[in-house]
Amino acid sequence: MSTIVSLPDQSTAKLPAKSYLNQEYGLKSWLLTGDHKRIAMLYLFSITFFFVIGGVLAGLIRLELLTPPADLMATDTYNKVFSMHGIIMIFLFLVPSVPATIGNFLIPLMVGARDLAFPKINLLSWYLYMGGGLLVLATMVLGGVDTGWTFTTPLSTHYLNTHVVTAAMGIFLAGFSSIFTGLNFIVTIHRMRCPGMTWFRLPLFVWGHYATSIIMILGTPVLAITLVLVALERTMNIGVFDPSKGGDPLLFQHLFWFYSHPAVYIMILPGMAVISEVISTFSRKRVFGYTAVAFSSVAIAVFGFLVWEHHMFIMGVSQYSALVFSLLTMLVAVPSAIKIFNWSMTLYKGSITFETPMLYAFGFIGLFTIGGLTGIFLATLGMDVHLTETYFIVAHFHFVMVGGMLMAYLAGVHFWWPKMTGRMYPEAISKTAAVITFIGFIVTFFPQFILGYLGMPRRYAAYPADFQVLNVFSTAGASILGIGYLLPMLYLPWSLKYGEIAGDNPWQATGLEWQIQSPPLTENFSEIPIMDHEAYDYEWLANKTHHEVQTVG
Amino acid sequence: MSHISPVLWEFLVHWLKNFAIFPPEASTIAPYADALYFALVGMTVTGLALVMTMVLVFSIRYRKERHPEAVQIEGSTLLEATWTLIPLGIFLVFFVWGALLYFRVFNPPPNSMNIYVVGKQWMWKVEHQGGQHEINALHIPTGVPIQVTLISQDVFHSFSIPAFRVKREAIPGRYTTVYFEATTPGKYHLFCTQYCGTNHSAMIGWVYVMTPADYSAWEAGNTSGASLAQNGERLFASVGCNACHNGSATARGPNLANVYNTRIRLTDGSTAIANEAYLREAILAPSMHVPAGYAQIMPTYQGQISEDGLIDLVEYIKSLDSNYRIQQMLNKSQISSAQASTEGKTVPAQGAAKP
Amino acid sequence: MDSPSIATTPHELGSSGLPHAHDHPAFMRHHFEDIGQQREAASFGMWVFLLTEIMFFGGLFCAYLIFRNWYHPAFVAGSNTLDITLGTTNTAVLIGSSFTMAMAVYSAEMRRKGQLVLFLVLTILLGGVFLGIKAVEYHQKYVDHHIPGMNFSIQEFVHPTNPKAIPLAPDMAEKTQLYFFLYFAMTGMHALHMIIGIGLLLFMVARASRGAYTAGHVIPVENFGLYWHFVDIVWIFLFPLLYLISRYR
Repeated sequence: MSTIVSLPDQSTAKLPAKSYLNQEYGLKSWLLTGDHKRIAMLYLFSITFFFVIGGVLAGLIRLELLTPPADLMATDTYNKVFSMHGIIMIFLFLVPSVPATIGNFLIPLMVGARDLAFPKINLLSWYLYMGGGLLVLATMVLGGVDTGWTFTTPLSTHYLNTHVVTAAMGIFLAGFSSIFTGLNFIVTIHRMRCPGMTWFRLPLFVWGHYATSIIMILGTPVLAITLVLVALERTMNIGVFDPSKGGDPLLFQHLFWFYSHPAVYIMILPGMAVISEVISTFSRKRVFGYTAVAFSSVAIAVFGFLVWEHHMFIMGVSQYSALVFSLLTMLVAVPSAIKIFNWSMTLYKGSITFETPMLYAFGFIGLFTIGGLTGIFLATLGMDVHLTETYFIVAHFHFVMVGGMLMAYLAGVHFWWPKMTGRMYPEAISKTAAVITFIGFIVTFFPQFILGYLGMPRRYAAYPADFQVLNVFSTAGASILGIGYLLPMLYLPWSLKYGEIAGDNPWQATGLEWQIQSPPLTENFSEIPIMDHEAYDYEWLANKTHHEVQTVG
Repeated sequence: MSHISPVLWEFLVHWLKNFAIFPPEASTIAPYADALYFALVGMTVTGLALVMTMVLVFSIRYRKERHPEAVQIEGSTLLEATWTLIPLGIFLVFFVWGALLYFRVFNPPPNSMNIYVVGKQWMWKVEHQGGQHEINALHIPTGVPIQVTLISQDVFHSFSIPAFRVKREAIPGRYTTVYFEATTPGKYHLFCTQYCGTNHSAMIGWVYVMTPADYSAWEAGNTSGASLAQNGERLFASVGCNACHNGSATARGPNLANVYNTRIRLTDGSTAIANEAYLREAILAPSMHVPAGYAQIMPTYQGQISEDGLIDLVEYIKSLDSNYRIQQMLNKSQISSAQASTEGKTVPAQGAAKP
Repeated sequence: MDSPSIATTPHELGSSGLPHAHDHPAFMRHHFEDIGQQREAASFGMWVFLLTEIMFFGGLFCAYLIFRNWYHPAFVAGSNTLDITLGTTNTAVLIGSSFTMAMAVYSAEMRRKGQLVLFLVLTILLGGVFLGIKAVEYHQKYVDHHIPGMNFSIQEFVHPTNPKAIPLAPDMAEKTQLYFFLYFAMTGMHALHMIIGIGLLLFMVARASRGAYTAGHVIPVENFGLYWHFVDIVWIFLFPLLYLISRYR
């Protein structure tokens, strides 16, 4: 069984007369919309906004670390900068990044529905997100918060007088935004699939988001109640987490990581979901071992809830419980390994082209492999003792989150840009941006692994001089990385007006979303489709194209 | 290089000489940790090479120009089982290896030398058995197994010595321990690695590893005159513990001589080992630690004795092998408290003890 | 909470139009294929939402269980200061309100408008009674200085006035603050859910009196019923944990 897919001639493509973008005009039509595609666009703008703020803060961190003493800013300023960087990047960028933008846009299209199950709740999610974002911004304007994104008690409850409660409430609201997004996805995937769309015909993108949503609805409420307790303890001077009043600071750690460890899977699973689509499309092949990839997402979501204590191996937890959690952590690494191998194997006997999304996907595979395998270092109990709380953790986390998730996000944005806007991004410059990002990333974060093994602690405004050389590399890399991120922010808006017109299916991909006009109609499908083939069925696509050529031409 | 200014050149040379890429190995654990580390690095490099080879070879062989027709393949159960089970096996090997090392780091041999370290914003206070106090410095001899007992006075801190490959959180309200045995004399970094507020990055110091001879000399030259247990004895009398815990027949509190590391039966029927943590807790939350046969009359000392004081008391109780000195002291302090009460004052601790 | 009556608006349909443009009930949203799908989606969504609510309360229950295990005497003493009569009355009131709510759902299904409004109003009244009794209990705690962080006093536990009560040592008595904090956090969070519920009920009464739910569109009433029963069930767990299991015999 083999298929030849030739890309369509884009010079004949025309923008459709009517689409979700020109259905209605005016600010009100956007701010009160129920359309999942418009809400996705609202998210895209707001997330990019917060990413820029978080990115500027990251730049400040790297600048400060260029030299050993705390000379660019005072230590407490530095502490606020890295805390705000963490809070903004995690809760306002990484958690909603792919699900709320690309996922929001695509899940109804992919399952063959006209919208998410609850459009108003979808809009409410965005308002909650913005409310949370504004509170976080207010925290920044009022003078910041210096707890770190982990809000460790009793530091956050009794030993700081910065705006902890404001920041916590911001995260609380953003958390409910993520709960409602997850709820909407789950209901949509369960109840809104078009006729013929069985579970195993769903694109892997949908499977990935289904797994993500499970974590969102089960994990996030625990974070919410934990933050409420922190706020109450702080304002009312109670001691649930304060040992001198009979409380237990480790209880906070347990509750916090019960959410925050699964949360890293909230951040990475949608990225994996994007990669499955991209790899399949650009090698013109069905994803190798569809079922394994689908179930590995769900396995990650389930096992992800059982490993939180690996953040606490040196915190005086029982050594035997540490054993159990180390073992479970080893198990949760396996599904990720399966995915990596299945993606690599998808390339085998494909017909591969190297457009920008594919370059980002290759970047993802490489960087996520490093990020994932260095996670094994940290799951290994004896090694974790030396490596935890050092720059090794910082490097590992950024390899997975920035090297993994951000690469996947950019892959997804480029891949579906023609579908979202109807226009192509400029290919040459975007390929350059992808390569710059990759190089910049490696130069920034690879030295941090070495720094970590040397023992340089994280969250240090000043550090001993023997760590300087590697930090200079890291800062130099960060400036390259900055350029890599700046480029898409310039050429993507440019392409809105000047980009080539994309046509319905510029990549010749098989998903339902590619079989309709770009940009889609407000109601997505003029007639609800009937799914009569497997996901990634390139033969079906070839037949369909052939048929169209014969009947139309 | 003549066109580079000499100043800049000097600077570069100096800078690159300071360029460390691997930490010194200075403890018995360090070689084991490094072996594990290199094995893990080996696994990462192999895994990465495997994936990169697959991606690169396939990208070249099956690029569109060379391979215009994609061959649709469902999957392969055998292949997938292979790359599920082999990584799982490798990960399990590392699980066992890492667990062995972990248990080594956190279970000191029984003969180890105990040093107390109290973390507070933003310094490390080290207390040696002999009463030597240090701030942000730790002097230790080579060749002696050392157990550091950590506690924090305020927020979470973390006691990290990269050259020894060990680290442990100092947690408010409970003792944690870490063990190491230094091998190479020298001066090594000591860090706080858990973010603890404004001056987190200033909570650093040095570990001075000395030969046993040098260490003895240092010990002798830095003593404050009283060991931890002696300080504890003084505190024991001054807060009035001896009023009840004096081992006499009429004593209202349990006998503390030789109580350390024994099994105690509590009023609620459970039993507990009287280790350091138990002794500390019993002083702060006595009502939860009442031995069977005694009434709950002891007041809490929460907020009245500092963590340093608690360490002194614990060390004193550990060192008690008879009640002789307590009873000797008691006679003195009873006299003094009698004097105090005639002046219209009461000893606060005793006053609070009356239910 | 997420009843579809407030959840969706029909899309403006473009010229491309939908083939089935207007051959369905007015309350059906255009992005659903048929009314069955809308109904299933709404009810499934509510169940998923309740799942998140369980996790939300779960954090509090977890803290409660740990501290109860550690400071059992303090929890016993704290528990005994609660008014069991008021607590039991409240349980009865709340179960009653669940009954009236169930009857409201039944009335909506039977398309009896007057009866629906009556039962919704009764539910509001019973919910109000519950909150009123809760306010009385909170006030009593205020008078007794048993509100943590607001002049909390351990006097009652060290020197109890109740002859049956066992006096606590001061260090254990301090721990009653944790009990009362959890008491207020848990019942407060529960009361907050009640207040939100009553707000929604008021909205529903207004709509029901205009006949919104008695023409076949019962999903909002059903979903709200699920929510109300969930809040009831949370209380069914809170009542024994906070009032009953530690009482003197």
